[in-house]
Order: sequence, then C-alpha cells, then structure tokens
Amino acid sequence: MSDSTTTQLPKDRAAEKGMVNVQIDGHWIQVPRGTRMIEACKIAEKEVPHYCYHPKLSSPGNCRMCLVQMGMPARPAPGEEPTYGDDGYQEIGWMPRPVIACANTVGENMGIRTTGDLVEKCREGVMEFLLINHPLDCPICDQAGECRLQEFSVEHGKGESRFKEDKVKKPKNVKIGPRIRLDDERCIMCSRCIRFMDEVADDPVLGFSERGTHTTVGIYPGRELTNNYGLNTVDICPVGALTSNDFRFQMRTWFLKETDSIDTNCGTGANITIWTRGNKIFRITPRQNDEVNSCWIPDSHRLSYTCPTDDDRLTACLIKADGVHEETCWENALDAAADALKQYDANEIAVIASARQTNEELFMMRTLASELGSDRLAIVARAQTPDEMLVSSDKNPNTTGAKLILDDKNPADKMDAICESIRSGQIKAIVVASEDLTEAAQLTNEDLDNLELIVSLNTSASATAQASDIVFPGASSTEKRGSMINVAGRLQKLNAACIPPGDARVDWEAIRDLINALSGEPSNDTPQSIDQLSEIITKSFDVLNDYTLSKIPNSGVTVIETGVSIPLIDRETARKATGEIVG
Amino acid sequence: MSKISYLPGKEPDSCEHRMIFKNIDRKGWDPSIACYLKDGGYEQLRKALKMNPEDITNEVKISGLRGRGGAGFPTGVKWGFIPPNNSKPVYLICNCDESEPGTFKDRYIVHQDPHQLIEGMLISALAIGAHTAYIYMREEFPEAAILMEKAIEEAREKNFLGSDILGSGFDLEIYIHRGAAAYICGEETGLIESLEGKRPYPRIKPPYFPAALGLYMAPTIVNNVESICHVKHIIEMGGAEYAKLGTPRNTGTRILCVSGDVKKPGYYEVEVGKITMGELLNDVCGGPLDGRTFKACIPGGSSAKILRCDETFKIGNGENQKELGFYDIPMDFDTMAACGSMAGSGGVIVMDDSRKMSWVLNNINHFYAHESCGQCTPCREGSMWMRKISDRIVDGKATPEDIQTLEDVAYQIDGRTVCAFGEAASWPVEAMISKFRDELEAETSEDNEYLSPEAKRQLKNIS
Repeated sequence: MSDSTTTQLPKDRAAEKGMVNVQIDGHWIQVPRGTRMIEACKIAEKEVPHYCYHPKLSSPGNCRMCLVQMGMPARPAPGEEPTYGDDGYQEIGWMPRPVIACANTVGENMGIRTTGDLVEKCREGVMEFLLINHPLDCPICDQAGECRLQEFSVEHGKGESRFKEDKVKKPKNVKIGPRIRLDDERCIMCSRCIRFMDEVADDPVLGFSERGTHTTVGIYPGRELTNNYGLNTVDICPVGALTSNDFRFQMRTWFLKETDSIDTNCGTGANITIWTRGNKIFRITPRQNDEVNSCWIPDSHRLSYTCPTDDDRLTACLIKADGVHEETCWENALDAAADALKQYDANEIAVIASARQTNEELFMMRTLASELGSDRLAIVARAQTPDEMLVSSDKNPNTTGAKLILDDKNPADKMDAICESIRSGQIKAIVVASEDLTEAAQLTNEDLDNLELIVSLNTSASATAQASDIVFPGASSTEKRGSMINVAGRLQKLNAACIPPGDARVDWEAIRDLINALSGEPSNDTPQSIDQLSEIITKSFDVLNDYTLSKIPNSGVTVIETGVSIPLIDRETARKATGEIVG
Repeated sequence: MSKISYLPGKEPDSCEHRMIFKNIDRKGWDPSIACYLKDGGYEQLRKALKMNPEDITNEVKISGLRGRGGAGFPTGVKWGFIPPNNSKPVYLICNCDESEPGTFKDRYIVHQDPHQLIEGMLISALAIGAHTAYIYMREEFPEAAILMEKAIEEAREKNFLGSDILGSGFDLEIYIHRGAAAYICGEETGLIESLEGKRPYPRIKPPYFPAALGLYMAPTIVNNVESICHVKHIIEMGGAEYAKLGTPRNTGTRILCVSGDVKKPGYYEVEVGKITMGELLNDVCGGPLDGRTFKACIPGGSSAKILRCDETFKIGNGENQKELGFYDIPMDFDTMAACGSMAGSGGVIVMDDSRKMSWVLNNINHFYAHESCGQCTPCREGSMWMRKISDRIVDGKATPEDIQTLEDVAYQIDGRTVCAFGEAASWPVEAMISKFRDELEAETSEDNEYLSPEAKRQLKNIS
C-alpha cells in the first residue's frame, strides 16, 4: 500500500467505491451511497421492525415502527476544519428525536442505533398504540403464527395493557372481492395493500376512508377487488386484516411445511412456496425472485395446483379390457405397454411429450422415442393472452427446455402433422405424457378412437386417460423434483412438496421403466436416480453449464438468452432506477 | 395621508400598530379593487416588477420576517430553499386553512382586504419565480371564497393578474382551492396532497420538503396569509426599515387573537415583542371579567403549551439568566419558546379561575382526536386514547393512575409522528399535566362522588 492510501481517511476510501461509512450499533460498515437506513441495518444484520415498509412499494413512513436513533457529526463552524478521531471518524452527535429508518438514506459518518432506551421506548409505544384497538382475536385469526403484530409484540411489546377504554368497532368479515375478505378491526393501516394495488397492480380499488382512529381501509364504492393479482395483498398484509377465502380457517400456519418450488401455470415460472401438511397442499404463496416474479404471483396461478388428495387423481395403473379400465400393478402395465408397442412399426408410432414436463422427463421422452425408433416426437403448444405483468403468452412452463432437450427449434410444429396422420390412420399407436390431447391438441374423442393403441402417463382421469388402453399414474408438478427453463431462459427447479398418491410415481421413473421394458434389459447408463439423470443431461447439453439439480440455486440461473423479458420485472427495474422503491 | 378612521366600537387600541389590519373595520372601506386602488393599492407590485427576484427575496431576508402560520420559520430563508438549478415549475401556495383553535386573523384579511393578499402573492410569486399560485381556502370560509374569486377577477381585468402583468412580461394565475374542513390540511404537505386531489396525508420530510418536492413534486412555497401580506409591506418599507419594527429576530407586527375570559377579546395587531402578556391581557383586553382572576393562558393557538398565570420562568443561560413572571413575557417568538410554549399562530386563549382544567384539556383532546388524519400510528391511536381518558376524568371515573397513563401516552406521541400534529396533540396534554397535576388528580380522588367502585378500589391500592 502506498503512503497516500495509508493516510487516507475512511470517508475517502469509501467514497472511491461510491460507498459511505455508517456506524450501526457501534460497528462501522460501508454501504452504497443512497442506501436506506433500514437496508443498511439489514446489511449489518440488525433487524429493524417495520410494518408499512416494503422494498417493492413506495415508503410512506406511516407505521412508525422502524424508528431508530440517528446521529451525524457536528457541522464545523465557518472556517473550521472537521476533526477526526484516532479511528479516522468524526464524533457523532446523536439526535434527541428518533427518525424512521425506512425512508431516510444514509450519509457519510452517520450513526444509527437500533437499540437503546430511546429506540426501545419508541417501539414499545408504537406496539401499544397498534394493539389498543386491535381485537386481539389471535386464537381465531388465520395470520396467527406468521403475524408481525404477534412477533413484534413478543419482542417489543409491554406485555400488559393499560387501555381501559372501549375499543373502536369496525366492520368484520367484509367481502371485498371474490377471493378476499377484510377484517377491518385487525388492520393497522400500514397501507401496503393500497399501495400494491395502485403501484404494482395498477388497479387502485383500495383506499382509506374516515379519519383518525376511525380510519378504515376499504374498496371503492361499487367495485370489487377482482384483479388477478389481488391475493398478493393478503401476502403482504402484515396482520390478519386481509385473508384469502381459499385458506381462511383451513389450517394453523405453524403446522404447515414450506417447500420452495416454481409455478408451472405459464412460461414465467414464478417462484413459489408450497405449504403442505401431511400430503395435502393448503396454499401456494409467491417466493421472492427479483429476476422472475419479484414478490408476486397471479391469483389464477396461485389457486390452480394439483393436490394428491384431489378426487380425480389417478392412483393405479389401468389396462383397458373389453372397453373397461381395470387396475393392475406397474409390472403388468409396463410389460403390457411394451408388448403392445412392439406390435407396431416405428413409423406407425408417435411420441407426444409435453412442455409441461421437466427437462428430466423430456430427456426420457426423447430416449423413449429413439428406443421406439420413431422420429415423430412433438409437444403441444399452448398459447394465451399475456397480461403484461407476470402471465406469459406461453401457457407451457418449459417450452424453452423442450426446445433444448428435444433439440428442436420448434417441437410443437410437428404436432399438426401427427394429428393429421392420426386422422388418416397412418399413425396407429401413440405414447402421450402429461397432456390431454382433446384439450389442447385439437384432437377429438373420435380421433382418439381411431388409434389402435394409446399409452398414456397422466395425473388425472382426463379424456385422453379415458381413451387410453394403458394408463400410468403420474406425479403432478408439486410432487416431483426436476428442472425447467422459463421464457426468459432461466433454469429453475421444482421440489417435491408431496408424494404422489397411491401407486402413482414420478414420471421420469415411469418412462425409464417403460424404456427398460421395451429394450428387455436395462443398459448400464440407465439412470438410477433423478440426480444421476440430471448429471447425464448436463453432460449432454453444454448450455446447462453443469447445473445439475442439486447445483441449481434456489433462485435459478439464466442459461439461455431468449430475448424475452418479464414486463412486471421491467417496470420494477425502472421504478428502482428512479429511487421510488428500494427494489 | 388622511387620517384613517374605524367603525365605531372597532377602533384599534392605542398600542396597536396597524399595518396588515390597516383596512380591517375601516370606515368607508370595502373589499373592491376600486377602494384598494384609491388607497395606493398595487403600487408595491409596480415597484416589485422593477426589481430583481433575488432582490425581493433579499429584502424579505433582511426584514427578518418569520412565518405567521405557527412555526415562525424565516420566510426569506424558506424561499431560498428552492433548488438553484431547478427546471420544474415553481408553485406558490397561500395557506388560508386557518384552523388552529383560537386563531382568527387570516379570515379578516380574506373577508375585508382580499387585494392586499393578492398583491402580496404577486410579489412573492415574482420573488420565487412562480407562475401559478393557489389559495387553499378552508371550507368554513365560503363567503371569503366568493370574495376572493371576485377580487381575482377584478385584478385580472386590470391586468394585475394573467399574462404579461402590467407589460412586465411576468405571468401569474391565482386559483382558489377550497378544502373540506380538515385541520390537517393546514399542514403544508397535507395541504399539498389535498390540492393534488388526494387524502391530505402529510408527507415524510425528508425527502418531501416542499421547497424541493412539493406540489406535483415541483418546488413549492407554502406561506400563511398574514406572512404573504407582510411581503407587500416589506417592499413598501424596505427590509431594513421593516426590521426596525418589533424586536431583533422578532421583527414586524403580528396579529394576536385574544379569546376567552377577558373583558375585550378580539384581534390586535402589535409590534412583535413590544408588548408583554400583562399589557395585552390587562390593558389592551381590559383585564379579567369582574370578580375573576386569570388562571391560565394558551399563548399561540390550542397546540401551544399552556402557561399558568402565577408562573415564573427562568430564561437565558449563565449570567444572562433572568426570572420572568408570566405577565412580563414579551409577545415574541423566542421568549415564548424559552418559556416552554410557543407564539404559534397568535391565538391567545385565556382562562380565568372559573375554568376547570380537566374540561379545558378534554375540549382540546376532543378536537385533536377528531382531527387526527389517521395516517401514522402514534397520533391516530394516541389522540383518541387521550380523549377517552380525559372523557373519564371529566366524568369522574378516572384514577390517579390514569393521569400517569395520559401523560405517558402524550410522550409516546411527541416527536414520533409524520407531521407536527403529533406535537400539536400531545403538547397541550403534557403541559396541562405538568402544570395542573394537582387539580387533575383531585378530580380522581377518593372523595370524588362520581368515582366508580372499581376506581375507588384501585385508588386504595395505589396509596
């Protein structure tokens, strides 16, 4: 180190990097210039309790829970130079009044105290105020267990009430939309829901009415909260004021197990948490991923998931005899399928894979097609109107992965020809996985009747399953591990939150066993586990960059440049650039 | 200049220095532009149009004018906060939401002398470079809104408003915006939100200092009606000459609005600090009602801390420290602050020995509980809690413990809210308890016939 740098003051060293020095609870750290105080405290691993602040929304600073003590060096008198201590910092003059950490930004040589008498008194005071008119109905409140009011009460509350007056009464159990209920008495007026609907959902139907202690959050007269992003307000509500009809009174949150996974309802692949107890899914919530879905997810996606306990789930292998499906074991079903498929020439067989399958499953489908000698391997395209938020125009979650794994620029293109050949009778047998062909592939029940053999891998008793000669029960997206690549080229992973019901198995295994049954004896490179399969795949595709399932980060990793961006993320990036939100 | 005469019974007191209120209750005066022009109206505008905007601001800075709305912040300094390299439009807002209880000065200006305000606004707008100005008129001034509209129309006809004013190339439009009867709209950022068509939730400062990020996120200066009127007189007299009025750092005149238990309540325009509390109450206002003695006084609108009339205050430091009796307090900003209260909006509320302090406190608490906007937690919940406790005190259902809770609640609000409403609501409680604790506690004593059995039991446990 040269002399000039050793004599530099900490402020100069920080400034060179665009940073400032901040003392947080006695320790000096460097944070980027312009960082909010609350984020600086987070960097220093000091928790600052808060309600209204949300990094994805504007900061009104209204809850006053994040009050901290702030200090700055005294301004030198005119003509005087600032003096620095032995450690190179100026002495901090502490302000007698607290400041909010959420909206104020740090400055050079600033001091922040997140503990101490003043700060603790402030938190205790705010907690007491928040609770005096709160109904304290935790025993019957869905938020209990994940309620910030409860959490901060334990940490910062007084423990006893001095409030002898009558509480303010407000509306309870108000239906504000088809999916959401409002308990106004529980509301702490943090305005997160209002700001979300205004700033993110661009549908400002929520607002405050009345004033003072009678302030209530409510819906615009004559309107309902019908927006497809409305349920996100339930997630960001720090208390139990907004609850989802779907989850209301279903389960205490502390009994639920969380599994990180991704949504498979469209090509965006929003990151989600699956909340289960036993083998039942109770709810899906968005999981923050600033490259994919921020903190949000559309209601339509959140509420459509397949649960092992659903009534229409297939739980056993089925073989059709005399037009009636009869349950059988896997061994019988696999042998029967292999024997039946062997009756046909390769050019009489088509393999219909799905862009709803994981990369691992698609790889097995490709292996199956080559085992059968068929070059008729296609996926079913599924388009929808995008919403310029998170809902992609591609309804399939893994089209990008299918293109890569099937080594086909457009694997859906072949589907029309396959449909035509089915109608003409040229194709006599098909193997179909994870697709109901009558639903998405423009095939009618009559078309399916034309086929001599249908072997299908399904989760539910769809029309295709009904028409199949042999049916294998598969696993839904919440019941398996695997990887997918979203529209923006991001490799992400699914984790199993449940186990498939009954005899149902994860799909890649079922397909592998069908291949083994066809070939007679398993080859040495037959994968024995999904991790082994994943390794085979990453070795086969350089772009996957050795990202086996266990190596894919929880937030995924971009592996392909598709040129597609997610509109909501673009908007968020723009808001972050203006400083409107922390991001 | 011919001698100004006033309507019978409305003559100013001999110690008054009528400047802003020169035309209030003036004989033969009406709010028309003709009347105003006859009296030398808009001459200062002509003068100001020939000046540099910086020079106008400078004169205001030299004058030492401090805002008359309540906070007493130097007006010229406030104007200087507009960012130098600003490229956005600049707005001037005249805060005519006069709603501090005990204050009734701006209403006379807008009702009787609207052109003085318009001229003041023109000069202020010229200084800060605003071409759009708003008068935020409280809902309770419907007549004034009509009068001001008419006055603006008259001024526009004479080209005092509009484009290319008097051929100077300067443009200004003034619009009246009527509030909807909310005290919080007097808070400048709450006012700005209201003007933008939103709920008047005050903004956090930082970052939303109006001079940089005000109306529509553009630089905005919000000044009180009286402050803006002073600007006209500063231009007329020159800043230095104006500064000779009043006392150093507390310059000019200000209008004191005296209400309550005095013989002659009313408005009195006096030089700041040139008159003491005793002179104001005993001489100007005629002293207490017959058979009564003064007990307490709120010197600057209901949010100012109450003072006991038998108090003495230690002001100054070290050798300069001196004792000051209540009646010797000069009516200025700094001494009033040193005495632990504030000159505020000039609303002097006087209480004599017939007044029960619990009732006074409860009345104030009712006001603030009703007017809290509800945005931030301490004020929203605390103001109503304080009201409910003081409700019980006046109902005789409180215990000494409740007085302590009341005081704690006030300190839990003070200094922790988004805007100054928190202090406005908590200071009266803090002061009332610290100065009249005995009286309040007496109302919670065991002898109190209204005390509930539960409260009486509690009392025993405490003692």
